[in-house]
Amino acid sequence: MNHFRTSLCAALICAGLAGCGSSVKLDDAAPVVDAKPTPAGGAGAGAKGGASTAQSAVTTVDASKIDPTAAGNLGRVVYFDFDSYVLKDEFRPLIEGYARVLSASKSKKMVIEGHTDERGGREYNLALGQRRAEAVAKSLVLLGASDSQIEAVSFGKERPAVDGHDEAAWAKNRRAELKDR
Amino acid sequence: MLIPPETQQCPARRRWLVGALAAGALHTAARAQFRVEISGVGATQLPVGVAKFREEDKSGQSISGIVRADLERSGVFRIVDSSGDFDETSRPNYTEWRGRGADALVAGSAARLADGRFDVRYKLWDVVKGSDLGGQALAVLAADLRLAAHRIADAVYEKLTGDKGVFSTRIAYVTRVANRYTLRITDADGEGGQVALNSTQPIISPAWSPDGRSLAYVSFESGKAVVWAQDVATGDRRAIANFRGSNSAPAWSPDGGTLAVTLSRDGISQIYLMDPSGGNLRRITQSSAIDTEPTFTPDGKTIYFVSDRGGSPQIYRVPTAGGNPERVTFSGGYNISPALSPDGRTMAYINRNGNEFKVMTLDLNGGALRSVSDTVDDESPSFAPNGKLIIYATRSQGRDVLMTTTLDGRIRTRLLASGVDVREPIWGPFGR
Repeated sequence: MNHFRTSLCAALICAGLAGCGSSVKLDDAAPVVDAKPTPAGGAGAGAKGGASTAQSAVTTVDASKIDPTAAGNLGRVVYFDFDSYVLKDEFRPLIEGYARVLSASKSKKMVIEGHTDERGGREYNLALGQRRAEAVAKSLVLLGASDSQIEAVSFGKERPAVDGHDEAAWAKNRRAELKDR
Repeated sequence: MLIPPETQQCPARRRWLVGALAAGALHTAARAQFRVEISGVGATQLPVGVAKFREEDKSGQSISGIVRADLERSGVFRIVDSSGDFDETSRPNYTEWRGRGADALVAGSAARLADGRFDVRYKLWDVVKGSDLGGQALAVLAADLRLAAHRIADAVYEKLTGDKGVFSTRIAYVTRVANRYTLRITDADGEGGQVALNSTQPIISPAWSPDGRSLAYVSFESGKAVVWAQDVATGDRRAIANFRGSNSAPAWSPDGGTLAVTLSRDGISQIYLMDPSGGNLRRITQSSAIDTEPTFTPDGKTIYFVSDRGGSPQIYRVPTAGGNPERVTFSGGYNISPALSPDGRTMAYINRNGNEFKVMTLDLNGGALRSVSDTVDDESPSFAPNGKLIIYATRSQGRDVLMTTTLDGRIRTRLLASGVDVREPIWGPFGR
């Protein structure tokens, strides 16, 4: 009997957790939230979600971090040539766009993460990734952002965007990512 | 590990077999956390018998087996049959041992003491000369029986080769399985592994303090590179460099009183010195280029480091007290990760040639340059504390693995751990 009660409790806790577990992460590639109105409460509401959705569940969506100027079209990644931290012209619009956003909203903060491909030493690559992040950060400041709004950091070769051991993969991994803080 | 025969001083080495096995022979010596594969042997190998230690079966560790594996893995010894009942009190029949092909013999015992510890004793004989080369008694806890066996192997190695052994030292390294990163410490034979740190974020650049009690390392657990120092025995740790930007590449001064680190706090990766507590920060390189991977010379007076100030990454050196950096490497367009031998005469580093990254050694006095690996993705070389071996990371069959090599590249061992990527090795100091 004791056994039965324990497992019943466990099952209820599981159901409860599953019902609350869907958080929505906000970034550019934000999942599309189905905006179809759901019937408010009522006996029929449980039909679709079944036992895994508690009827009183509320999922919080935080819209305050969505920046209408930055969202969407600028992109978030700047790519580099091998062993280089020179910003290529094609990424000028991206940098200028974020500089405008930052200078318009002085409370906004960003972190620039530099990365490298897998070739070479971990520490030299960490410094190279740092140099890439600093190159982006410096341009942002030159174009109107203030120094205190951005931090340049590096992951070196530790966090490749793409697995693989060829130039196609390496080219995607030599990058700086601009992230909101 | 090998000394040319003409420089030998020990009489027991006179009869070393020349070219006993063809170079390139491959065999497996020890299993457990690591599988150790040896390739190549020295030109000469000393045949030695290691008898089973009396009462070792009751101790829970095969002491003689550990001694045999240590000596054999060095590539300098060949183990000969040593069956029979002997211990350190026996009087070996030298004629019989010469008949078995042994030049030297080790025997001993592991008696349990009243307090639960073990009294591990051994003696070494020169069978050729018919002389007693001495022995030792070590009273140890059961948990230190492996260490006692490694110490015996060290003593035998030193008596017979004239060089200090490194079997009782430890190695730190990082393993990665999917997104689990683990900083581990193991005996030099790859066994007895213990975990110092688990993380879901990368860990790189472990560095032993000179007393072997602490490890400094770089952890990304807070979302960026921060330098930590951790007491190995207690697990106490603290962030010692956590400035704006990246903090990395810790290196201890030989007296343990200073750490060199790479910080980007002033806008670009430069080298700074600090107290191990984190205070007294001062910048020692002043360039507008990448300066990183500092390492102290054994006398502590000079720091070798990597800089791309000349347009490509090269190794430079600068006085620890300050001064003008001087370029050290000139051959090739990408030279990184300097490590200095304990005598300060040899620098190991990584050279890139096309898409090949290889461990090189440079004689800092004579300038002779040598490639010591047969792999092409080498990283992070570091010297054993006796200066006879270099450990480094490389890739083999799609995995990150560790290798050791003699300075002449003749004897290499590959440390394989199944299903795990192993990287960032650093050999600990003497004196555990």
